[in-house]
Amino acid sequence: MLSVNGISMQFGGLLAVNGVSLEVNQDEIVSIIGPNGAGKTTVFNCISGFYRPTAGAITFNGQAIHNLPDFKISRLGMVRTFQHVRLFNKMTVIENLLVAQHRHLNTNLLSGLFKTPAYRRQEDKAMERAAYWLRKVDLLEFANREAGTLAYGQQRRLEIARCMVTEPDILLLDEPAAGLNPRETKDLDELILSIRHCYNVSVLLIEHDMGLVMGISDRIYVVNQGTPLASGAPDDIKANPDVIKAYLGES
Amino acid sequence: MRENLPFAIFCALVTGALSVPLLGLKLVSEGTSLAIEGADAETWMLISGGMLAVFLTQLFKSQLSNGLSGIKQSLPANPVSGLSDQKRGQLEKGLLFLVIGLAIIWPFWASRGSIDLATLVLIYVMLGLGLNIVVGLAGLLDLGYVAFYAVGAYSYALLYQYFGFSFWAALPIAGLLAALFGFLLGFPVLRLRGDYLAIVTLGFGEIIRIFLNNLTSLTGGPNGIGSIPKPTMPAVQFEPEFDIVQLEFSRRAKEEGNLPFHEFFGLDYDSATKVVFLYVLALILCLITVFVIRRLTRMPVGRAWEALREDEIACRSLGLSRTGIKLSAFTLGATFAGFAGCFFAARQSFISPESFTFIESAIILAIVVLGGMGSQLGVILAATLMIILPELAREFQEYRMLLFGLMMVLMMIWRPQGLLPMKRPRIELKEAA
Repeated sequence: MLSVNGISMQFGGLLAVNGVSLEVNQDEIVSIIGPNGAGKTTVFNCISGFYRPTAGAITFNGQAIHNLPDFKISRLGMVRTFQHVRLFNKMTVIENLLVAQHRHLNTNLLSGLFKTPAYRRQEDKAMERAAYWLRKVDLLEFANREAGTLAYGQQRRLEIARCMVTEPDILLLDEPAAGLNPRETKDLDELILSIRHCYNVSVLLIEHDMGLVMGISDRIYVVNQGTPLASGAPDDIKANPDVIKAYLGES
Repeated sequence: MRENLPFAIFCALVTGALSVPLLGLKLVSEGTSLAIEGADAETWMLISGGMLAVFLTQLFKSQLSNGLSGIKQSLPANPVSGLSDQKRGQLEKGLLFLVIGLAIIWPFWASRGSIDLATLVLIYVMLGLGLNIVVGLAGLLDLGYVAFYAVGAYSYALLYQYFGFSFWAALPIAGLLAALFGFLLGFPVLRLRGDYLAIVTLGFGEIIRIFLNNLTSLTGGPNGIGSIPKPTMPAVQFEPEFDIVQLEFSRRAKEEGNLPFHEFFGLDYDSATKVVFLYVLALILCLITVFVIRRLTRMPVGRAWEALREDEIACRSLGLSRTGIKLSAFTLGATFAGFAGCFFAARQSFISPESFTFIESAIILAIVVLGGMGSQLGVILAATLMIILPELAREFQEYRMLLFGLMMVLMMIWRPQGLLPMKRPRIELKEAA
């Protein structure tokens, strides 16, 4: 479904990503791991269109996307979260979810001005979908609060809900467990699994929490200093001497 | 106080050193040569008074600033900050209806001059509300807003001069043309933010004005365009046959087929009706503007504007096109300026590039900032203040800008969020109490 073929990303003289390839199939949870500064987020930025890779190709559902602008890629059904939560802080929780459904809504100015029945139906539907996802991530009681006032863990969940209301095919999560306590991490674990299970959404994950990664991933790609190091099932990765070396250093 | 003493003496001396040569010494011509002469006693008194004033303010600086912050505390706290969003919304709605009600019944006892002034205020309310879309809601600093106002005004003036369009025919075209210019400006500046955007829009405003000034063959250049007809009132006529006629407010109808207002209703001619009609027309245009923008803020496009202001990257990651959203803000904002400009041309009967200088953009922006970004009631209040205060202070003509500046400085200290900072109406989920 998503296939990345040997992408490289060069910033001036710095080769941040060098020939990374990966594959995500329907209903799979795939993780990218690697030490800090390995280029994982850069790979994400290339896939989601924030950067244009300097070499290589990316196809999504059979369509080449490495030359598309970010918002078009997102419209094709690939949405992402950010390493540092990016919510619309001054808007309420429910409005955050309504903005995310913008492209599903009728943006015809006249129908909105005169509140035509079709316009109202769509707004109601958007509200329903938003409320559904708020219940799902356990934030319904905060629906009318400003998003910036939520606790950090709640903001993380809201960001995932905001992605899910766009009805994506694949979800890119950039360190979703960063800053969460063990309990919240466990909830996140269940949320990701249920997203895959109940909504047939594939997940591509960057994460440092090895417990989470090893527990839910179907496959894992290891990146070190911008280059691919290993890939395979969690158990293979755990046993791979190169990976251990990269993480713990040579002795 | 003691620690301020040396600095206070220093400041007083600097004041003296500056003002003695500038004010105390005069050059007098004696035949062919110049002689220096001391000023009269009164000037010396003033100079020493000034030095004393500087000395004292510096000496008691801390006490003074305490006093000032005391004023700040004694100002009413933001009266709406304690309310819930829902109550706040109701309050704003109520106040808005109150203001509209007042605006409707007020001309019955007001003088002709004040109605005329109120019409001007309404034009600025319209401009302020339009710019509020761009600056307050979408967060794009536009310093050349007056360009769209000029486009609207010149659309009507030129359409009348060359094609004989009436006000009503020109009004939508003026709006559309201004929108088109907003769209055209929007394109190149899409990638810019903040200061850079401000500079480019400032340049755009000047380009339009200079263009109008120099295109003498078409626009008459600095001579402007005159004798633009006032708006007419459409009315339904039953006799001798069913028809829609345009009523004029002059003693005799100038256009073929139009009727004078007073003849149609069998009244005596009164020149004040023209003023009142213009006021009512401006009020209607204003009400439409208020209504449309209130709806826009509740619509997906309004939410998208705010979201883009909050976090552009998150917007893009959710599939919102930055281009489309920014362009819609520019285009819609410009449209209202176009309507306002068309009305302005009709009211003045004469327009020239002089009316569309940068100071107009600055005043409109000041209205938005003074009123509180994004707040409609705030903009209405600020427009009233900004237009009426200078009129009341006509005797202090030379000090007008000084007062303006003082007001802005005080605002920034005491109410940086504007007079009536009101939030965009929230959409609430009922299930979550």
